[in-house]
Amino acid sequence: MIKVFVPLDSAALSMGADEVAIAIVQSAASQGKDITLIRTGSRGMLWLEPLVEVETSAGRIGFANISTEAVPELIKSGALDTGSHKSSIGLVEEHDFFKNQNRVTFARVGVIDPLSISDYENHGGLVGLRKALEMSAAEVVSQVTESGLRGRGGAGFPAGIKWQTVLNTQSDQKYICCNADEGDSGTFADRMLMEGDPFTLIEGMIISGIAVGATQGLIYVRSEYPHAIDILNRAIAMANEYGLLGSNVLGSKSAFALEVRVGAGSYVCGEETAMLESLEGKRGMVRAKPPIPALVGLFGKPTVINNVMTLSAVPMILAQGAAAYQALGHERSRGTQVFQLAGNIKRGGVVEVAFGITLGELVDIYGGGTNSGKPVKTVQIGGPLGAYLGTESWDVAMAYESLAQAGGMLGHGGIVVFDDTANMAKQARFAMEFCAEESCGKCTPCRIGSTRGVEVIDRIVAGEDQEKNLELLEDLCEVMTDGSLCAMGGLTPMPVRSALKLFPADFGIKTGAKL
Amino acid sequence: MSNYSEESILNYLGPYKGEASAILRSLQLVQELLGYVPDSAIDLVAKNSNVSRAEVYGVFTFYSDFRSTPPAQVVVKVCVAEACQASGNAELISQLHGQGYDIHSGKIKDDIQMEQTFCLGNCALGPAAMVNGKPIGRATSASILKTAVELIS
Ligand SMILES: Cc1cc2nc3c(=O)[nH]c(=O)nc-3n(C[C@H](O)[C@H](O)[C@H](O)COP(=O)(O)O)c2cc1C
Ligand code: SF4
Ligand code: FES
Repeated sequence: MIKVFVPLDSAALSMGADEVAIAIVQSAASQGKDITLIRTGSRGMLWLEPLVEVETSAGRIGFANISTEAVPELIKSGALDTGSHKSSIGLVEEHDFFKNQNRVTFARVGVIDPLSISDYENHGGLVGLRKALEMSAAEVVSQVTESGLRGRGGAGFPAGIKWQTVLNTQSDQKYICCNADEGDSGTFADRMLMEGDPFTLIEGMIISGIAVGATQGLIYVRSEYPHAIDILNRAIAMANEYGLLGSNVLGSKSAFALEVRVGAGSYVCGEETAMLESLEGKRGMVRAKPPIPALVGLFGKPTVINNVMTLSAVPMILAQGAAAYQALGHERSRGTQVFQLAGNIKRGGVVEVAFGITLGELVDIYGGGTNSGKPVKTVQIGGPLGAYLGTESWDVAMAYESLAQAGGMLGHGGIVVFDDTANMAKQARFAMEFCAEESCGKCTPCRIGSTRGVEVIDRIVAGEDQEKNLELLEDLCEVMTDGSLCAMGGLTPMPVRSALKLFPADFGIKTGAKL
Repeated sequence: MSNYSEESILNYLGPYKGEASAILRSLQLVQELLGYVPDSAIDLVAKNSNVSRAEVYGVFTFYSDFRSTPPAQVVVKVCVAEACQASGNAELISQLHGQGYDIHSGKIKDDIQMEQTFCLGNCALGPAAMVNGKPIGRATSASILKTAVELIS
């Protein structure tokens, strides 16, 4: 019997993977071919989706961009036995996009059936948790601290320090809240992991619970991710059944319960304190800090808030030891980062490598340049609050500090590529517009400043009193940067200022004008 | 409230009775049942959660997912965020506009309604759209409308 793999990841679904899966089953039946169809996550070579794979003695061979119409011929040609076909990309793990990646967090994504605990265990799952159950809470925390793991949601705060704070705080109840709001344009790693390997996140959250003494976990997922929500809910039900979750985690004395909560279309609810408000059923208004959520979090209790990628790195850290993770990386950015190549890019998808790879390598070598074939004009890294960088930044090492030095921000690791048809005045205007739309409304610079920002940019572009309006825009940016409670208002000036600085001509500003 | 009586809604909301922390989930449940949140349901949620109407209304208006009028049979979400801008979503939006669909007003035409959204997590295969929850990558007005029409019963 031949094993055939078709992704169920929503990016693959968006290219027709479900229909292809059905066609394969039907065609195989009518041609008398004995196959087993297995749905997996995606390998993250998204431009090849739907990427159908078949198991051979040499490894899994892929057939790229398969349409339903192509299925009968694909099967008839004997490709499932021989692996040779015009659509074949050969061994998937030998593909030049894939073979030099260092898949740690994404080790199982695209490989296993996301809803099979046995598949999960056969591929190294639960090893980390079993080790953690043998350790003291403090030992688990120190593993995470020693690994150098930093938060992947944007701010890059050391996970171990956060966990230590929650561990040190006495309370009858503590919470682990997973931030799966993933609102940044250009990012989809959280979604792909939740759809492709949900047990890794579940295991990471249980370990976090053991580490800090929390027995309740919540995953806050944005409503734009219906497939991820569905898979998580099914995985949690299976984990309860299996005894992975519940009052005796894997037969131990530790208890852990887990629930999915769904967002309702608000970007700012990805900010951790707004997320807490939303989890409490309220408007997503940002809270003033201090107190930090590690001390006073959900319902006033000590709370670990971590991004999906942060928590999902933990099982591997425990399984292989902090030193193995710490050995990877660049300067103070340790381990691997799951970069996401998006926008106008030829080979979009997921690149998990150690920190320190250059921006140019990601965009040109992995990404293959733009999809339109036109020259790259700029990239936006780190979502809507991230700066635009030009190709002169191609040599920058992709890590927290080095990127910051170059005027950028890593954020959640998404890289959005634009070709030379992009108009950067439009992009700057959009940044202000987005801020106005998504502001929680608590501070005036963010709420009002962003609306003023849109108007001022319009006036600059229209050529009205340019010098005065440029000054006004600069003042606005300064007030927003200094006077905002959170990074929504505080960082919106990043894309605006960088666009203006790099591409003044797009704003109709004459060369030589004072900026 | 179309097919649901006040009583049956309160019944569904039963598990959240007296829980102020369930305002958001209550509203989500109502919208799941009815497709929208009619004004009268705001009062029901307030009553059930034991909070003021103003509090529930505040939550209702904060989140862009909530609608106060019934949706069309097919709702198309079109991504307007940066990665999809970079992949040429402007042309898609103007094509849809040419077909009579305005993502800004969300006006219903032939039982189809189109709305803008900020990122669907399919940023490498933009322009991205979602038709009643079904993701569409490299979307064109033709591929969106084909999927939408197939969903109309
Ligand atoms: C406006 C705004 C939106 C944010 N959105 C997200 C998000 O979608 N996902 C996320 O993990 N963090 C997001 N963050 C960062 C969180 O506030 C927080 O730093 C993070 O969840 C902490 O987890 P980490 O330490 O594992 O990164 C956002 C921050 C701001 C200011
Ligand atoms: S900066 Fe904006 S989003 Fe953040 S708290 Fe202030 S008003 Fe709210
Ligand atoms: S930006 Fe359009 S799907 Fe992410």
